[in-house]
Amino acid sequence: MLKKLSIIALAALSLTAGGAFAAGGAGHIHDTKFSFEGPFGTFDQNQLQRGLQVYTEICSACHGLRYVPLRTLADEGGPHLPEDQVRAYAAQFDIYDEELEDDRPRKVTDFFPMSGIAEAPDLSLMAKARAGFHGPYGTGINQLFKGMGGPEYIVSLLDGYTGEEKEEAGTTFYENTAFPGGWISMAPPLYGEDVEYADGHSNSLHHEAEDVAAFLMWAAEPKMMARKQAGFVGVFFLSLLTVLLYLTNKKLWAPVKGKKLNL
Amino acid sequence: MSGIPHDHYEPKSKGAKWIESRLPIIGLLYDTLMIPTPKNLNWMWIWGIVLTFCLALQIVTGIILVMHYTPHVDLAFASVEHIMRNVNGGAMIRYLHMNGASLFFFAVYIHIFRGLYYGSYKAPREITWIVGMIIYLLMMATGFMGYVLPWGQMSFWGATVITGLFGAIPFVGEALQTFLLGGPAVDNATLNRFFSLHYLLPFVIAALVVIHIWAFHTTGNNNPTGVDVRRGSKEEAKKDTLPFWPYFVIKDLFALSLILVIFFAVVGFMPNYLGHPDNYIEANALATPAHIVPEWYFLPFYAILRAFTSEVWVVIFASWITGGIIDAKFFGVLAMFAAIIVMALVPWLDTSRVRSGRYRPMFKWWFALLIVDFIALMWLGAMPAEEPYATFSLIASAYWFGYFLIILPILGVIEKPTTPPATIEEDFEAHYGKPAEPAE
Repeated sequence: MLKKLSIIALAALSLTAGGAFAAGGAGHIHDTKFSFEGPFGTFDQNQLQRGLQVYTEICSACHGLRYVPLRTLADEGGPHLPEDQVRAYAAQFDIYDEELEDDRPRKVTDFFPMSGIAEAPDLSLMAKARAGFHGPYGTGINQLFKGMGGPEYIVSLLDGYTGEEKEEAGTTFYENTAFPGGWISMAPPLYGEDVEYADGHSNSLHHEAEDVAAFLMWAAEPKMMARKQAGFVGVFFLSLLTVLLYLTNKKLWAPVKGKKLNL
Repeated sequence: MSGIPHDHYEPKSKGAKWIESRLPIIGLLYDTLMIPTPKNLNWMWIWGIVLTFCLALQIVTGIILVMHYTPHVDLAFASVEHIMRNVNGGAMIRYLHMNGASLFFFAVYIHIFRGLYYGSYKAPREITWIVGMIIYLLMMATGFMGYVLPWGQMSFWGATVITGLFGAIPFVGEALQTFLLGGPAVDNATLNRFFSLHYLLPFVIAALVVIHIWAFHTTGNNNPTGVDVRRGSKEEAKKDTLPFWPYFVIKDLFALSLILVIFFAVVGFMPNYLGHPDNYIEANALATPAHIVPEWYFLPFYAILRAFTSEVWVVIFASWITGGIIDAKFFGVLAMFAAIIVMALVPWLDTSRVRSGRYRPMFKWWFALLIVDFIALMWLGAMPAEEPYATFSLIASAYWFGYFLIILPILGVIEKPTTPPATIEEDFEAHYGKPAEPAE
């Protein structure tokens, strides 16, 4: 039995190692605590709303969220904005309507605008498209329990500027400790105190970076809360079924194995 | 029909007799479900049910995903996001399908290594083994093509690298690659044919699973002792076996349920852990990812593929003797396919008369080393192609081939096996004592 267990354990270990080593990265990513980490983690609704504000006032100047439907801003597992606010938020972006043959304000059934400039990648899935802190010692254990760490990458990138600049072939590059290769063409977007939070939360650079990273995690994985709940329901009922089947199996085999049962 | 002697179905009611005389389907189901099964099967014999479940899960979730997916290079990535965001339960179904593939391969590897340890491949179960290997190959093809469908960066570049393997075949390679891709590079035609085949192959697998089961229902299951069930009479057979229903159905369902607890925890809490972040970036033919890494279940064979570089002496020799027709790239491709072929040929490579590894003192150690080797290859497949990993890969690949081509044939001759029990009943009673009452 022990032999078989060790085989299973080894195989499981090899799985985790595969995932961890596949997610290599050159930049330095530091570990950041987020409310949504781990099986019990949930999105902080206020943080998502603050992150939306940072995104809208700063990031959206260049970047887009083309896959995120605007109506999902009202979702319970997300920023959970009141519907009239979502309508007002949507209406500030115009969209070309083929039937009208003209621009019109966006409705809640439309999506967020796409990136304004070609060089700026779409941010819809950025929090899942980057691997973050995969320590300790590159084992990937952190990712096993806290997720792939895309939001950590985003925080590390946003406050990873050293202030150094260089120009190459007419493009300015900024030194960044988190970016693979060390030089990024995006100018530092946040300096601290870039937005004024309505809830009075600190608007230091690090807090703004955390808030927008949390918002982007929601944008990338809007069904996270439902998914974790489904996970608990599945684990709970299957555990129950497992116990029942264990007892059934034990009782079924007892006479064959010559055992007496005290059930 | 041959097989272990047991009671067959006798229709009693008028209706049952009417059906049975026209189509003996109730009898077929009865015989399949009540098949005498060696009563000493251990927990390594539950993976067949897990695999059957995986196939069903993948087909059911896959059919639902197809209802919302669009196989077009401009729309595929967006349609997956549509599934993740707009389709009711879509995110859950997709994550089940994604991680279902991992469970499928996890189970198949344990199933294969179970067979390798207990000698399940040996006569008379060679056909079961060969059919199983074909299923495994089709699973790899299906898994690979399925990974292309979301049209992320790893989908695209994985497809480019793997189809490039066919391009390494001398003379016809380039034409073959173009034929497979439907064009000079991975593009819409590729995506469409992969989608078509990804839908088709699981049903081919399902048919082969029926043949796989048919084959071992004819020979009877192997068991941890490797000793055959006595077939002299029904009474004799009954001492060695129990009917599949209810004894093994309940046992297997218990094991499946336990495995599903873990599976649901993975799907619910860490669904992207086994994936690659780059696949959440839409495919871009102009930007190559820093590391192109296949899914974890391909890593051992990917490591073998990359192990044979142009500096390795066997490659230099093969190149010299064939006048350069076999270059390092083609050699790697041959090695990768050969790694699976030697495994398929193991019924004829293993010369030992004793079936189960339990009674082979030397074999045990070599087998343990094979498992370590397999895991090492999996790790090396994920490492960049540089030292010291290149040397390690070469050693690990050499052991893989050495195990099947040298160690197994020689061991059968030089090893002195211990004595297996005379009957399955004896083995069972050695564990549990005599039954309190005769089993029905």
